[in-house]
Amino acid sequence: MLEKALRGSKKYWTWLLALAVLIAIGFFFYLRQLYFGLGITGMSRDVTWGFYIAQFTFLVGVAASAVMLVLPYYLHDYKTFGKITVIGEFLAVSSVLMCMLFIIVDLGQPMRLLNVIFYPTPNSMLFWDMIVLNGYLFLNILIGWNVLDAERNGVAPEKWIKPLIYISIPWAISIHTVTAFLYCGLPGRGFWLTAILAPRFLASAFAAGPAFLILLAFIIRKFTNFDAGTKAIQTLAKIVAYATLANLFFFLCEVFVAAYSQIPEHTAHLEYLFFGLHGHGALVPWMWTSIALVVAAIILLIIPQARQNETTLGFACVFVFVGIWIDKGLGMISGGFIPNPLHEITEYVPTVPEVLITIGVYAVGFLVLTVLYKVVTGVKEELAG
Amino acid sequence: MNDKNKIITGLVIFFLVVLFPFWFNLIFGAADASTAPEPELTEKAEKAETCVAETEHMRTEHMQILDQWRDTVVRDGQRIYVAENGKEYDPSLSNTCMDCHSNKEKFCDRCHNYASVNPYCWDCHTYPEETE
Amino acid sequence: MENSRRRFLKNAGFSILGVGAGSMLIGLSAHTSKAVSPDAGQRPQFSMGDKAMEAERWGMVVDTRKLNDSICRKMQEACHSIHNVPEPVGESAQRDQIIKWIWPTEFQHAFPSQEVEFLAEDAAHRPVVVLCNHCDNPPCVRACPTRATFKRERDGIVMMDFHRCIGCRFCMAACPFGARSFNFRDPRPDIEDENPDFPTRMRGVVEKCNFCAERLAVGKKPACVEASDGALTFGDLNDPDSDVRKLLAEKYAIRRKPNLGTFPSVFYIV
Repeated sequence: MLEKALRGSKKYWTWLLALAVLIAIGFFFYLRQLYFGLGITGMSRDVTWGFYIAQFTFLVGVAASAVMLVLPYYLHDYKTFGKITVIGEFLAVSSVLMCMLFIIVDLGQPMRLLNVIFYPTPNSMLFWDMIVLNGYLFLNILIGWNVLDAERNGVAPEKWIKPLIYISIPWAISIHTVTAFLYCGLPGRGFWLTAILAPRFLASAFAAGPAFLILLAFIIRKFTNFDAGTKAIQTLAKIVAYATLANLFFFLCEVFVAAYSQIPEHTAHLEYLFFGLHGHGALVPWMWTSIALVVAAIILLIIPQARQNETTLGFACVFVFVGIWIDKGLGMISGGFIPNPLHEITEYVPTVPEVLITIGVYAVGFLVLTVLYKVVTGVKEELAG
Repeated sequence: MNDKNKIITGLVIFFLVVLFPFWFNLIFGAADASTAPEPELTEKAEKAETCVAETEHMRTEHMQILDQWRDTVVRDGQRIYVAENGKEYDPSLSNTCMDCHSNKEKFCDRCHNYASVNPYCWDCHTYPEETE
Repeated sequence: MENSRRRFLKNAGFSILGVGAGSMLIGLSAHTSKAVSPDAGQRPQFSMGDKAMEAERWGMVVDTRKLNDSICRKMQEACHSIHNVPEPVGESAQRDQIIKWIWPTEFQHAFPSQEVEFLAEDAAHRPVVVLCNHCDNPPCVRACPTRATFKRERDGIVMMDFHRCIGCRFCMAACPFGARSFNFRDPRPDIEDENPDFPTRMRGVVEKCNFCAERLAVGKKPACVEASDGALTFGDLNDPDSDVRKLLAEKYAIRRKPNLGTFPSVFYIV
């Protein structure tokens, strides 16, 4: 099937070339980071995880959100999603791939990566994260590819794929749960030390992921003859609406606990993010933008006319995606480190090389996504034609 | 099977690239590649006559010994090594090995370069010339 | 044709997997047999040596009343110079990408959850020296994915194995005392007088205070204790007759963030 990705229009190749250039730039700066050390990033002794790990966290959510297509289709026999489950699964593949790359670029000694396997340490959450991420990648490649191949040949998918699909559903939940456990089990980091972190991560994932899928469906429809279908998109829109509301609800629960208990370890981080602390407030405008975007999206999504109109729906999806990206990709990680355990403030701003490396990793993800989607749309067009 | 020629050309190119180190050495590197360098001993090392193990054993297994040393020292905190010959040593690369073999370039690097291995010991551990 | 190609690919794939797994097994078995020398004679042995100081659980008591700026500087210098801790310079200092094993801070930073309102002016600004607490229940050890940081069961010291650290910095997120530093760059150019008896570190690994494990092994007390003019007392917390236990029995001492259940081994008399 891969041959479908080798024949494309000029636009297709230009897009791939553009991504390749971004990858090359990112890779160049990554080599510099490898040679010099993580000192070329904006991270510091106090903010030890920055942009990379934040992107990783956000993308685990995007990856997990494939389950929002797989679950209705396979467990509830919701046929409308049948056409697009593979779109979700391949989005998961490229997202998990980016997650792994972000972990690798964040390591100080990436050459020793395999130490995680040579000295397996089940009491470390990172060990479990490695297992669930690799497993999820493997499951989605296998399932997506086999189901698409069967569809192309006009036969039912092979029998052994069924149990794997059922396993992939709780597995999707597990990847984001374990990712939340990386943070929420750490003593002395009040911002993350909350049992609601995993549910909140999942809610934001099921908002941002499907929102992105809707946008992707629009893009695919524009450039190919493959249409996900209005009904599928509208169902996804409802999922986005519920998940965004759940995410806001969980966030407000956090705010209540911190604000009403007024325990300094819990309030300090929120105060820093939304009002600034002791004159430091680099993230304040970002966080309020995030809130504004999410609230605007909710308004658009719960008004039926706005949700059914594809233009306003498109805006709502962009708002959700960007709003949650700011929340998870900027605030969630550095917010937990500021103030530090000694209640001192070191702010974090990513450096230019750091951002370019990040863009490079995203470009790898989009390259894989484009190739996979090219195969999918090629097969679908072949079947339609 | 209309692409026979293309496939064969592709295979030839593939094998040429994969076998690069072999044919390159055959044609250009024969003289260098055939002679393995001898590590040079310092006076102190000559006088000591024996290392922490037999020379032949050291030659093939020194990395395993160092590996064991570092694990035992760092992780178990045991800092006395009683060798096979009954002598006591401080299991330390910088302080024991490099004390005798203070000529890193002629003792360590020669063979390492020849074998194209690049141990990262020296990223942290010091050797005599460096601190002088 | 489709079918035979597929079968070929499948077989090829499984063969590669098989060969890979097989060679891995061979490698593993060869590794274990090689670790032990086949030569005749007595097998090499490791031991602690007679000079080594031993304890069940090393601990420290800091008498903050005896601390002042110059003593703190002396302690930090003693520690950082023998452990090859780089001097923070230029950009690395600016970006707070620095390394410190022991450093003075103020009461409100050392004990942020034990705020004392209306503390006397001199007490509020008197330096409190902080370092790794060598917790009895260390969260950093729990978080490390490679056991590069570990608690020595024999004497309770929380150690770093720089050879194994992959630089994920999970331990730094896990440490509630900010005791850990990361080598954001090669530290060597910033080390003024390199101590040849102690290794430097390389870029990309985490480091922290090791309670001078290398000095205890040769019967010396930690460098900061020696330089402290009696402000720091070091000893076995599990030995009721040790200096630290006598001091703790006499004076009221507190620990940093006891509510987190990490059980620090460093105590403070305030």
